[in-house]
Amino acid sequence: MPNDRPVPQDHLRNFCIIAHIDHGKSTLADRILEVTGAIAAREMQDQVLDQMDLERERGITIKATAVNLTYHARDGQAYVLNLIDTPGHVDFSYEVSRSLAACEGALLVVDATQGIEAQTLANAYLAMEHDLVLVPVINKIDLPSADVERVKGQIKDVLGLDPAEAIAVSAKAGRGIDEVLEAVVKRIPPPAGGREAPLQALIFDSHYDSYKGAISYVRVFNGSVRKGLRMKMMSTGKDFEVSEVGVFRPAMTQVDELPTGHVGYIAAGVKNVADTRVGDTITTADRPAAAPLPGYRKATPMVYCGLYPVEPTDYEPLREALEKLQLNDAALVYEPETSAALGFGFRGGFLGLLHMEIVQERLEREYGLDLVTTAPNVVYRVIMTDGTVRMIDNPVDMPTPDRLVEIQEPYVKASLITPTDYLGPLMDLCRERRGVFVTMEYIDTARVELTYELPLGEIMFDFFDQLKSRSRGYASLDYDFLAYRSGDLVRMDLLINEEPVDALSVILHRDKALVRARALTEKLKEVIPRHLFEIPVQAAIGRTIIARETVKAMRKDVLAKCYGGDVTRKRKLLEKQKEGKKRMKRVGQVDLPQEAFMAVLKIE
Amino acid sequence: MSQTIGGGAAPAGLYVHVPFCLRKCNYCDFVSLPIGRAGAAGLVRPYFAAVRREADRRAPELAGRAIEGVYFGGGTPTTIEPRELAGLLEHLSARYAVEPRAEVTVEANPGTVDAARLGDLRAAGFNRLSLGAQAFQDRLLARLGRAHDAAAIKAAVAAARAAGFTDLNLDLIYGLPGQTADDWRATLRAAVALEPEHLAAYALKVEPGTPFHRDQAAGRLDLPGEDAEAAMYEDAREAMAVAGYEHYELSNWARPGSRSRHNLLYWRNRDYAGLGAAAWSHLGARRRGNVGDVAGYIHLVEAGADPVGEAEELDPRRAAGEAAFLALRLIEGLSLAEFAAEHGRSLEDLFPGAIGRATASGLAAREGDRLRLTGRGLLLANQVFQEFVD
Repeated sequence: MPNDRPVPQDHLRNFCIIAHIDHGKSTLADRILEVTGAIAAREMQDQVLDQMDLERERGITIKATAVNLTYHARDGQAYVLNLIDTPGHVDFSYEVSRSLAACEGALLVVDATQGIEAQTLANAYLAMEHDLVLVPVINKIDLPSADVERVKGQIKDVLGLDPAEAIAVSAKAGRGIDEVLEAVVKRIPPPAGGREAPLQALIFDSHYDSYKGAISYVRVFNGSVRKGLRMKMMSTGKDFEVSEVGVFRPAMTQVDELPTGHVGYIAAGVKNVADTRVGDTITTADRPAAAPLPGYRKATPMVYCGLYPVEPTDYEPLREALEKLQLNDAALVYEPETSAALGFGFRGGFLGLLHMEIVQERLEREYGLDLVTTAPNVVYRVIMTDGTVRMIDNPVDMPTPDRLVEIQEPYVKASLITPTDYLGPLMDLCRERRGVFVTMEYIDTARVELTYELPLGEIMFDFFDQLKSRSRGYASLDYDFLAYRSGDLVRMDLLINEEPVDALSVILHRDKALVRARALTEKLKEVIPRHLFEIPVQAAIGRTIIARETVKAMRKDVLAKCYGGDVTRKRKLLEKQKEGKKRMKRVGQVDLPQEAFMAVLKIE
Repeated sequence: MSQTIGGGAAPAGLYVHVPFCLRKCNYCDFVSLPIGRAGAAGLVRPYFAAVRREADRRAPELAGRAIEGVYFGGGTPTTIEPRELAGLLEHLSARYAVEPRAEVTVEANPGTVDAARLGDLRAAGFNRLSLGAQAFQDRLLARLGRAHDAAAIKAAVAAARAAGFTDLNLDLIYGLPGQTADDWRATLRAAVALEPEHLAAYALKVEPGTPFHRDQAAGRLDLPGEDAEAAMYEDAREAMAVAGYEHYELSNWARPGSRSRHNLLYWRNRDYAGLGAAAWSHLGARRRGNVGDVAGYIHLVEAGADPVGEAEELDPRRAAGEAAFLALRLIEGLSLAEFAAEHGRSLEDLFPGAIGRATASGLAAREGDRLRLTGRGLLLANQVFQEFVD
């Protein structure tokens, strides 16, 4: 049975694992859990740390977790290791940065067959910014195409780390795991901080428990936390009474105290996860710290889309589902929205496209909702003629040109790592997407890191798929918000049967409007079924129609043969046809299928 | 047997499914075994014995009901020896009250009939022959996977006349892969030139599980498309009218006095018993379909069981909806008064607003007591029929 008396601070190590997607981070974590006996091999469900089904399916980590392990090192001493798992996707880079802030060191996992990729670099730089000790781990050395020497070269040349310190492992085969744990103990320093100082605990994640309320995942930097303490959130000033503290082993296990340097959870009957914000500092109400830990920032949604129930009666269930999802996902924002085309729904704000897709999927899968989602868009910054600034997260809210001075759009700094063979096609792609070239640096003789400044809005239109197809899957991408910049942007409206459909409006660069208008009207012509009348599909900027297609009138829809045999079958066919119509959204006289609202994403 | 809908005294029909053919056509999704396939020929005798036994068992369903139409469909019934078909017809005539002047149809395909065989069938009491002509271009017939060419159609018609058939139908299909408007017009000309009493023109429908469906999925089925098909239908209406055929059902035309009495039973939602594998029956509020597997059907009947595969007890609203869309298939349309009398409630009462919407869209017209499809509505019938299902 685990001893709940806290180990001395110098026998404590807090670390995380960082890697590019699929380089084996979760497998390594699993092996470490196994070797330290945190979980018996037979209990292992692959990738314990990725708890949600969706995470397992997509092979990514969405929510960070922290596991408390006991390791008996070769020096004969027992150490407590806190392994903090980090999200593996660019959308969640802020969560990554908070997880890193909770650690003193990081295992940097690099796939021996792939070498350094965009997220390896992004994560390594982030870890360096947090002054973490990096332990390079070269994984998958058992694969025939592994090239450990090449990866060592990259580690030296690109990251400036000593290649001699890299540990070669096969997480899958369980080789080299002990060396990794020894390195954690020997190379990563114990946490600093003073037990007598006022409490400072960093929240690096949270989740909602229906019995205990919002649970904060914390790293204690100074002071200590116990049950009964009156704690205070430094960003909001709200205070709560601590009802329980504990650690993850990996199940939640109550302990008496979380002293300086330790990692665990705090429950305090907090009703709302919004009150346990990632990055916030917890202190005590009666002896507060002078200042919060650095780096807190409110999660800002970068991408918005409309979420509408197919059945109007699902509006309430949708609201309830969003409410529940938000309990576990403080980065998700939403507010009611009404569309002339789609009726009552919500506008959701997300950290990025992946975050958006995950929420959509969970709404449909876990809550059984049928949704129409509109094409996502970024948030525009509009300077009005009266000097005020407005943030626009829905194209229909874009003020008319006579009322604004300029429209600004978010740019990101994008890093693309690619084998040199695909340099040309990828530079073309960035150029097509209005990218501004910044630098090109060789990682080794065969791989290059390209840096571009790109409008975020351009990345949303199948940029990632293009990146993968133009590089045969070899290129990788990472990006980070850079700044708002003015652009020659216009709002393009779609008119179906002469009526503008608000949910189809998009904001785009003027130079691209014509091409996209044609592609979009063609696509809509394809997906809108024929009706009893002809349907014009038009794209317009202001009052100028710039593209037009026509959905021809339906000519023929008849069950030609109807012998006695199969009246039942015919009736079922008619019922199915009728049901199909009901599942569409009626806009004016026209029934639009759900695909129509995503058509803008499916072109080019 | 209780008759809740359709009236106990109303005439009824008998359908017999003959699930054997020479070879499977590329568009066919009916239950049918190519006779050359391993084991198929050996199933013929047991199958006919089973149908007789099913008739023995189920005859009480239509006890006392005058049988106005008997229909041997397939498959290709004429793949089977005429004496087998004749024997079954005789057996049925002894179990059911088949009217002396009943319409007794047998389906046939060109290439499976000659004057002698047809003579035997005519002598046995079959008085209507329905020939699957489909098209008059050898290249299209080959593409359909038909076992005959255009010349065989003409020969079959001549043989039918020689055998004494004075009631002859030709089935045609349009909207075929590779079929042009000219091909179709040539087919219509060739068909009316043979002067059958009755003509049916069906649009090809690509059914799951058929070779055409696989071709379509692979992008290898060059169908003419919706607009061209619509034009073909208009061409058929025109050509038939010019040649003196009356259009009486969506896909059926007849010389005056030669409408199919058996098929009219279907569209008028009358009762009929279907015997054999995959055969459907409509008996009062009940629709039932026999199992489709031929060997399974034989096995069930031999074991003394009812070979029913699926059955549905229609609630009054569903039954009324079916009656409505079936009646609207007829060019004369639906009599609102008769409908209300039969179902106890008016069509408007059962499906509020449906008539208004159908007429407002121009797909249906109301003339006094009758609701019928318009010229455009004939091509868009489903849009109207959907009003009468839930």
